[in-house]
Amino acid sequence: MLAALFKFRGGVKPASHKDESTRAPIARAPLPARLVVPLRQSAGGTPLPLVAAGQKVLKGERIGAPEGNFSAAIHAPTSGTVLAVESRTLPHPSGLSAPCVVIAPDGEERWIERTPVNYAAESPDALRDLLRDSGIVGLGGATFPSHLKLKPGAAGRIGTLIVNGAECEPWITCDDLLMRERAEGIVRGIAILRHIASADRVLIGIEDNKPQAIAAMRAATAQATGVEVVPVPTRYPAGGEKQLIRVLTGIEIPYGRIGPEFGVQCFNVGTAWSAHRAVELGEPLVSRIVTLTGNVERPGNFEVPIGTPIDDLLALVAPRADTDRFIMGGPMMGFTLPRTDLPVTKATNCILAASPALFPPTGPEMPCIRCGACTRACPAELQPHELYWFSRAKNFGKAQEYNIFDCIECGCCAYVCPSNIRLVDYYRFAKTSMRALEREKTASDAARQRFEFRNFRTEREQKEKAERLAAKTAAARQAIAGGEKPAAAPTPAATEQTPALPQLDETKKALIAAAIERARAQKEGVQPKNTDNLAPEKLAEIREIEARRAKVREIAKTPPEEPV
Amino acid sequence: MVSALLVMAGIAVVLGALLGFASIRFKVKGDPLVDKIDAILPQTQCGQCGFPGCKPYAQAIAKGEAEINQCPPGGEEGIRKLADLLGKEFKPLSAEHGVEKPKQVAVIDEALCIGCTLCTQACPVDAIVGAAKQMHTIVAPLCTGCELCVPPCPVDCIAMVPVPETVETWKWKYPVVPIKLKEPA
Amino acid sequence: MNGTSPHLHLPISVRLIMLKVLAALVPGIAVYVWFFGAAILVQIALASAAALAGEAAMLKLRGKPVGLFLSDGSALVTAWLIALTFPPIAPWWLTVTATLFAIVVAKHLYGGLGQNPFNPAMVAFCVSIIAFPALMSQWPAVGFTDFAAQMRVVFQSQSAQDAVTMATPLDALRTQLHVPEARATVAGVLGSHASFGNIGGKGWEWIALAYLLGGLWLLQQRVITWHVPVAFLATLALIAGGFSLANPDRYAGPVFHVVTGGAMLGAFFILTDPVSGATTPRGKLIFAAGVALLAWIIRSFGAYPDGMAFGVLLMNLCVPLIDMGTQPPVFGHKDEQKGGTP
Repeated sequence: MLAALFKFRGGVKPASHKDESTRAPIARAPLPARLVVPLRQSAGGTPLPLVAAGQKVLKGERIGAPEGNFSAAIHAPTSGTVLAVESRTLPHPSGLSAPCVVIAPDGEERWIERTPVNYAAESPDALRDLLRDSGIVGLGGATFPSHLKLKPGAAGRIGTLIVNGAECEPWITCDDLLMRERAEGIVRGIAILRHIASADRVLIGIEDNKPQAIAAMRAATAQATGVEVVPVPTRYPAGGEKQLIRVLTGIEIPYGRIGPEFGVQCFNVGTAWSAHRAVELGEPLVSRIVTLTGNVERPGNFEVPIGTPIDDLLALVAPRADTDRFIMGGPMMGFTLPRTDLPVTKATNCILAASPALFPPTGPEMPCIRCGACTRACPAELQPHELYWFSRAKNFGKAQEYNIFDCIECGCCAYVCPSNIRLVDYYRFAKTSMRALEREKTASDAARQRFEFRNFRTEREQKEKAERLAAKTAAARQAIAGGEKPAAAPTPAATEQTPALPQLDETKKALIAAAIERARAQKEGVQPKNTDNLAPEKLAEIREIEARRAKVREIAKTPPEEPV
Repeated sequence: MVSALLVMAGIAVVLGALLGFASIRFKVKGDPLVDKIDAILPQTQCGQCGFPGCKPYAQAIAKGEAEINQCPPGGEEGIRKLADLLGKEFKPLSAEHGVEKPKQVAVIDEALCIGCTLCTQACPVDAIVGAAKQMHTIVAPLCTGCELCVPPCPVDCIAMVPVPETVETWKWKYPVVPIKLKEPA
Repeated sequence: MNGTSPHLHLPISVRLIMLKVLAALVPGIAVYVWFFGAAILVQIALASAAALAGEAAMLKLRGKPVGLFLSDGSALVTAWLIALTFPPIAPWWLTVTATLFAIVVAKHLYGGLGQNPFNPAMVAFCVSIIAFPALMSQWPAVGFTDFAAQMRVVFQSQSAQDAVTMATPLDALRTQLHVPEARATVAGVLGSHASFGNIGGKGWEWIALAYLLGGLWLLQQRVITWHVPVAFLATLALIAGGFSLANPDRYAGPVFHVVTGGAMLGAFFILTDPVSGATTPRGKLIFAAGVALLAWIIRSFGAYPDGMAFGVLLMNLCVPLIDMGTQPPVFGHKDEQKGGTP
């Protein structure tokens, strides 16, 4: 079986720096004074808040409901009081904000009623819903909702379940320690995932620089049938989902296709662990293991409640004085945190303190000499230098033709580039720009369609009106011809219409004026109510609204302009 | 001499026949020009170009009756694309037709709306819902930001707000390389 | 710009690559000096000085950081290749002018490092051999290592005596085999002069061997890949072998072709220029095979003794097309149409 290992092309071998943070066992991070839980913590949409300021919540209580089936639920990481549901900066390279639930813990850690489920007796559909409602997402960093990955749909059946314990990024050790210490739980979680997918076999891929984790996982899977722990050669990015699937099964999954189409699916060991907690203990995903390492005095791994401010964590490990920035994720794919008062999310696998000594700044960017080092390093077998030219020239069509979307942004190309070109930045720019263009195109196509339909409808209405009028006129003429006195004035339709229009307009204007009058009277009558016991920011908001109303009144007093 | 002439004439006939055949055999049914132009236009349907919608403007450009720089929402990039398509010289956006603005959507202050339906009649893409004397609202994803609903509103309750950037729509900036022109001393 | 991933970088730079290329040339230069005297060192110095001066002036004109780009070593590589492909007793002004032409016109007017479609050193060679065919065919005779005499030829433009110059084997073959009345044979021509040696010309075969050593080191250092040298040498040997089998009197053998002229230098140091060469693996094979074919045709039938430079430039022209047509399949897309772009 072991001989059936495949290789992926490319890859690099940076120094692994794993030992620093594996000396101590996983410790529990203390409960902070405030938890900030972003509602959007998985791909596929922002859950709607289920709580309001002032509300008491229990640990594990649902505070965010998945929108549709495409995201996973969000839960209170501890018991306490909701202070606010408001927009806060996210730990994201953009530094943008999104709705978050701010909770003041009460320190009691009171759980909701936890109901363990015997997974073997449940249908895969019920278990998938349970995973969704327990907030289980991929903990390797991509945070894709797990229940969606387990849905084979029309695509096919998941014959082989791949479990990713490769952890190829330097410095990060959260999966390593999880496997060393909690192999039993991981294996139970794997059994659940396997049951849902009804997979025949399970391959657990672990990079061969983690002998203790491999031993622990082997011991835990000794009794299981069809489960195999496979050490894979240590070479970044062996833990990339597509690369690991390739190494273990030889299957290559291109961009835009999903594992089940090829009979495989891949889960992180942390995801398996939290699936076990969710199903067999009834505990939704409210914490994760985070590696705190790099330029710090006491590196280690911590079990951290989601929403813990990163500042609180850094206090535990004491960053050294020459630390110049903090990276969320590893040195190859992580991003520099815009600030450190941001919360830990389900995607936070590592906080890496960087210093100029540890991560020396690269030299100035030189021209590309097409040396081909990037091509040899690219695990997606792309031509990075060509993609670079196209992205730089904003020639997006060509970039797409050269499969830029197959780029996994692993950073190997920029790591080996002798010209110090920030290649991945160019790809990220091109990809996000192309997605934006695609959105614009969809929107403008929709607008064109709606505009054309509207024109069609207007024409049809006019035609129908004209036909009705013509019919009416014809009837009137007939009546006259028949010698009867018509009820209405016997003017032809055309002349009947024209003088009536301004008259209609006048009545309409009068009506509108009356309505404006009513609205104004109503507005002026309205006084802010329920203003006692409100937070100062609420009061400020009310003042702002009042000011806006006053402005509108001013405008409404001047006679309305003629509608064009 | 004669044989050379004959050979030349023969080659000309054969090549001519080949070319003629190829032009029939490989004829490309090209998109009509109007559709190509229309595909570049942003479909805001705002009428700032002086035509009642994007399609009429596209038709006018195709006929040569309008300049390519009359579309403020399409902006400079749109003009460049049109210039490329039509093989014309790029010109800056004509000032009389407006200025390029970031994408906006209309928002109705629902507390002030009196339900007059004037805005629904003005909306070129049916993005406003509401019946007479009922409060109206704008379906934001459908709004093209054309501003045509703003002037008709008698109570001035429609505001144009820029579309905020979210984590989903955020774009990476174009990597700017700080090239130092002067050597550090 | 250090805020984005990857935050790690290999300690590698353009300068390091260029320095490795220069280092790999050293054994060849050493053997060159042994057989043909120290004039080549003077030529290298002349070309280097001209290249650095031209590069600095152009960088300044183009508003680029002079120190940064000047120290990348690319100008030096061009300069050394020019010196090594030119006759060591070429007049100083020819070397300097050709180098300046390479740097200013062939490199910077096309956009500088990374943008030049043609190999600058080969542009310089072609321009010079067209403009000054006689001076470019004036090679020192083996044993003519008198430095003072060489310098007189180089600097005082003293017309070289027949005693100190001689035709290279390639030149001799061209001039004698092209005269039908002479009824010369390859063996006859090559055997006519002791200094033509047994393989590719006395001295030249040893220099070629030294270039081969340097090239193998570059391969080991992963500065170049095997594709170009292997495809070039194999194609050249195959064509030459085939024709010499068919008509040994008219066509020289494969070993002669591979070790003579600019073949070995070209295989490892000129064709492997990444900027003007093909980049895809299959593209490199096609590019190198194309140069070999053109070089052999020009050597065997053309008006110039060696066809390397013309072969390289002609294939440089085809590089965009070759690269476009040989895009390797992408991860996960291998069952889609092979080759070409999807």
